[in-house]
Amino acid sequence: MNAVVFAQGGPVIPNFGRGDECIRNNGNFCLHWFLDNFGDRFWPRMVEHIELTAIALVIGFLISFAAALAAYRYARLELPFANVSALFYTIPSIALFQILVPITGIGWTTIELALVSYTLLILFRNTLTGLKEVPDEAKEAAEGMGLTRRQSLLRVELPLAVPAIIAGVRVATVTTISLATIAAFITPLGLGAPIFSAIQTGANTEFVAASLLSIALALIADVAIVFAQRMLTPWVRARSRAT
Amino acid sequence: MSDLVNFFGDNTSLLLNRTGAHLVIAAIGLVISLVIALPAGIWLGHLHKGSLLAINISNVLRALPSLALIAISLAFFGLSRANITIALVALAIPPILTNAYTAVDGVDPDAVEAARGMGMREREVLFGVELPLSWPLIFAGIRTASVYVIATAPLAALAGGGGLGDIIVNQPTYKLVGVIAATIVTVALAFVIDGLFGVIQRAVTPAGLVVSRELHTIVPPAESDLPADRVLA
Repeated sequence: MNAVVFAQGGPVIPNFGRGDECIRNNGNFCLHWFLDNFGDRFWPRMVEHIELTAIALVIGFLISFAAALAAYRYARLELPFANVSALFYTIPSIALFQILVPITGIGWTTIELALVSYTLLILFRNTLTGLKEVPDEAKEAAEGMGLTRRQSLLRVELPLAVPAIIAGVRVATVTTISLATIAAFITPLGLGAPIFSAIQTGANTEFVAASLLSIALALIADVAIVFAQRMLTPWVRARSRAT
Repeated sequence: MSDLVNFFGDNTSLLLNRTGAHLVIAAIGLVISLVIALPAGIWLGHLHKGSLLAINISNVLRALPSLALIAISLAFFGLSRANITIALVALAIPPILTNAYTAVDGVDPDAVEAARGMGMREREVLFGVELPLSWPLIFAGIRTASVYVIATAPLAALAGGGGLGDIIVNQPTYKLVGVIAATIVTVALAFVIDGLFGVIQRAVTPAGLVVSRELHTIVPPAESDLPADRVLA
């Protein structure tokens, strides 16, 4: 009887597409659903996530690099910058995003301001430490060869500091990828967006998938930077092989 | 500004209550990390083995976004304190493990040899020579971890609740002023705990040991202390 009524009236429940058993049971990770929805739901968020991270890293690097060069030249600048950037580090990101909203509005500016502020400490610290650890002999040799201070910095000190600088970029990158997920708490941008919305709705596959993607992104970025480091500093490996 | 003062005045018991819960959440995460990472790092450093293991584990854990860990754990455990604990442990292990390994591994070999020459046993070498010389760097790692843990514990409010995060993620109820107040408490907490560990750090550091001032700041430059070629295989 029911079947007849059903057949006559057509489906009452709207058709949401093929929900396989896994999705109907709200499984922790339904691969089919993930693959079906990757292009619409996840890929755009992932691109946003990469953009958020890249912009923050570039701006953060420029500021920290300039600050580190200044502090390398004028030692008394080191402590103020280090302390201010350390203070940022103790502010919970989920709070900072909200606190910036009344000042800079909901959007990219707010997110980037917060993300940049978290990159400063690591990038500044590593750049400055890298420069300070350049052996005196190298600097003296540069001076002896008649290099000016500027030439010595550009041709000798900075290249020798590259491993430390890249180590900082590496930590800053994975940290920024992690913090960028939290940006979605104020506005749905990046891979945090599906995580927050799916935690609300309880759609397991959606937030597990977005989480796995953000983890994959961080791990891939981490490995990519290690390879970049090897390309940029071939002498480090050559030296370690020699010893 | 006066709103802020009023919030502290009107909600003192709420703030104290959430601060207590915050400390418990952070402490659980930190203690578990210490129990795992400290012996592992010290032992590997003592053997001068497994640098790749210690450093790569740290690198992988460091790369895991906290929110992603909380969300995945939420799918498996539901609303529970396990979610935030997993995220905090992943956050706290890298600085503790890397610093403990680097510290003990980097103890002056002459000092260790002298200790052996004096007839010290392996245990005595570790506890009498290597560890005292390593405390400054080990504590620098613990201090970094404690700052991370306190600043990230507010995420607990997203999955399972508890701590100052309850106020921070609930702007509709507590308004922006509540968010700011809870943030100030969180930041203050981070500085107090960091200072507390700093006091312990100074107390356990042998009087004769010259310690670089770098180690007394919040995030140690541990990454750049490592030779670049040892960072990843």
